[in-house]
Amino acid sequence: MSFLANASAFKPSRLVRSALLASVVALSGFVAAPVDAQEIRAVMHSGIRVLDPVITTAHITRNHGYMIYDTLLGMDENLKPQPQMASWEVSDDGLTYTFTLRDGLKWHDGGPVTSADAVASLKRWGERDGGAQMMFKSVESLEPTGDKTFVLKLSEPFSYVLELMAKPSGLPTFIMPERVAKTPAGESITDYTGSGPFKFVEAEFEPGVRAVYEKNEDYVPRDEPPSWTAGGKVVKVDKVTWVVMPDVQTAVNAINGGEIDFIEQTPIDLLPLLQANPELTVEVLSPLGYQTMARLNWLNPPFDNVKIRQAAMTALGQEPILAALVGNAEYMKSCGSMYGCGTPFATDAGSEPIMSGPQPDKAKAMLEEAGYDGTPIVLMQPTDVPSIAPQPVVAAQLLRQGGFTVDMQPMDWQTLVTRRASQAGVAEGGWNMFFTNWIIPEVWSPINNPMLNGGGKEAAWFGWPNDPELDEMRTKFAQASDEETRKTIAADIQAHAYEVVNYIPVGEYTIPSTSRNSLSGMLKMPVPVFWNVEKAAD
Amino acid sequence: MFAYIARRILASVPVMIVVALFVFLLLRLTPGDPAAIIAGDMATPAQLDQIRQSLGLNEPLVTQFVTWSGQLLSGDFGRSLISRTPVLTLIGQRLEPTLSLAIVTMIITLVLSIPMGVLAAWRHGSLTDSAVMAVSVLGFSIPVFVTGYIFIQIFAIDLRIFPVQGFKSISEGLWPFFSRIFLPALTLATIYIALIARMTRAAMLDVLGEDYVRTARAKGLSERVVLFRHALRNAAVPILTVVGTGFALMISGVVVTESVFNIPGLGRLTVDAILARDYPVIQALILLTSGIYVVINLLIDISYAFMDPRIRY
Repeated sequence: MSFLANASAFKPSRLVRSALLASVVALSGFVAAPVDAQEIRAVMHSGIRVLDPVITTAHITRNHGYMIYDTLLGMDENLKPQPQMASWEVSDDGLTYTFTLRDGLKWHDGGPVTSADAVASLKRWGERDGGAQMMFKSVESLEPTGDKTFVLKLSEPFSYVLELMAKPSGLPTFIMPERVAKTPAGESITDYTGSGPFKFVEAEFEPGVRAVYEKNEDYVPRDEPPSWTAGGKVVKVDKVTWVVMPDVQTAVNAINGGEIDFIEQTPIDLLPLLQANPELTVEVLSPLGYQTMARLNWLNPPFDNVKIRQAAMTALGQEPILAALVGNAEYMKSCGSMYGCGTPFATDAGSEPIMSGPQPDKAKAMLEEAGYDGTPIVLMQPTDVPSIAPQPVVAAQLLRQGGFTVDMQPMDWQTLVTRRASQAGVAEGGWNMFFTNWIIPEVWSPINNPMLNGGGKEAAWFGWPNDPELDEMRTKFAQASDEETRKTIAADIQAHAYEVVNYIPVGEYTIPSTSRNSLSGMLKMPVPVFWNVEKAAD
Repeated sequence: MFAYIARRILASVPVMIVVALFVFLLLRLTPGDPAAIIAGDMATPAQLDQIRQSLGLNEPLVTQFVTWSGQLLSGDFGRSLISRTPVLTLIGQRLEPTLSLAIVTMIITLVLSIPMGVLAAWRHGSLTDSAVMAVSVLGFSIPVFVTGYIFIQIFAIDLRIFPVQGFKSISEGLWPFFSRIFLPALTLATIYIALIARMTRAAMLDVLGEDYVRTARAKGLSERVVLFRHALRNAAVPILTVVGTGFALMISGVVVTESVFNIPGLGRLTVDAILARDYPVIQALILLTSGIYVVINLLIDISYAFMDPRIRY
């Protein structure tokens, strides 16, 4: 008797057949369940792990900050500081700022927000933020003068106070309860009580998986219409869930299938999959976009020689690098301004060497004149970060064509950020060059821009330019009281920074977001926020 | 038997100690700095040092190891350096998705692969045998992410039978759970089906020529009884070994499948922790994985005795 001939022995019973039939009916009737109409499910650019928006400048933590905290000041779309939690008055001599908290501000635990909370938060912020550190050198005192008022007194003019307090990125002035703000600046907070438009649902937080925010019913928004981080933060949904999806293709499939509502950053090469779906809207929500840049290490040969740094800038060009990084003209542009194009201090001053495109012959001549001895350039390439991986590859080839010997070393981003902190010589684990990106509000003024700090090994950003002349010019910028003088000084700073090759901007790009058409009211601004957003049934 | 189990458990203690020491040292020797991940792009050297200090990373290695060992002995795996969440909470959050994926995958695998292997051996050299082997080679050769995307395209996007991604706990209902775990489990099962079907076929071919099989047939037993009760049981030892190690592999993390289907399992936790140099999380995960291997190997050895009466401990 063959096995198959005896197959009737394996025939399913009537019960099993009924169950199978029922399963098929159930399966065929199944459509991906629509998510709650009042819940926005968003895939952000990365998963959130660090929950302290003062200890880190990670953008995802800043976005988390905007969900649960409020800021003292906001910045509107004209890049002007506006009252948010507080209004202010400035004394005639420009040295005393009196801030008054608005009515109705409450912590998520129900307690009132006081000036002591604001002062403690500003002091912690002052220990971490580069611009704030510069400001606090000119601060004589910062004290509460009542439950709702506090006074900042300057010992010398510093006219950039309001712009720093209102800046939307880097480290914004998120206000925390005094008990939380007293946490040492090098230690992460563990109490996530805010006063912002959303509450953090700690019980549902799974690092690397999801973060959940629910509407803060007690939040009293300002009356003005929303404009960037200024104006009324009116929450129109019950809940926002940030879902982490490490695979972008999965996120694309999920938004096409209606399982999520929003993708913050859509890879350019996957756009056709989304643009073909009439249920989706693909648009750039942050038109200012990103600056991508190269930093050279001033401590190690050969870039300790300014002439060789200039030769490197001459060998490079923006368009070949942007083409490899973005490859779609709609989302990239050349820009010679270190402050970003389309910003108040945007200028072309000194940018001719990088804006002229790669000039290998000129670079070779410059190298010969500088006496370059063929010392290899150790160029660090982070292979695991798609937005920084292509630049070193193109740059290495351009530098080789310009007469440099290049040792491009692939590594993961974590190894790179550790190694770039090393001030040792190349043979002892140091480096010569790396690339990174910034959102434009992080570089849009000489005070905000982290690279434009000439404090050397002690105070400057990685690469450590020792440039007292630059610092002197920044101080003048901070003290200038009128806009025209500031613009002139900003242009001078940029011309000087290009001359000494403080850093090399290699272009700008934008990243489109994708949302289902059921979402409306997403604000166009440098930071993705979820107030003002409505969700209709899909 | 109990003495054997006790001996095996005791023997695993030095193994775990060596693993703990090795992992601790290896991580500290690997380039990387959790403080740099925490601080972000704008931090100055002084700020990085401040964070290192607060995390205890500036302490000498011996001090760090003693502190960690002391915590371990009291059952405390510490907190994530990055999120400050207790490590056990992090692992607890990821255990259910991983176990669910492993168990459902193994069920699908066993239900399909054993009959396939038996059938191929029984019909050795026939078209059926070739077909089973071809399916096995295919399952083995196609990368799991390709299989995953194909299943998503067919069953989730075109037919809309299952969701594209995600995980729901079984406590949220059988269908929400099953609808999300089935495709990833089926995807992962394609590899294990191929492996175990081939292993079953090979083991069955060995025993089908044995005298006791001929005797069983001569007694007039049905082919089903001969194949499944007499032959398969004797061929079970190598199959069980592969099933057991396969299961351990799945629990220790299948990061590609987890990523394609957005399953928040231990594989993703491991990769995230390694990329962030989150030392306490990596250490705990490797210890957990080692423990799982020890336990599963022990269970496999014990099961031999049940499957083959000649084996005694």
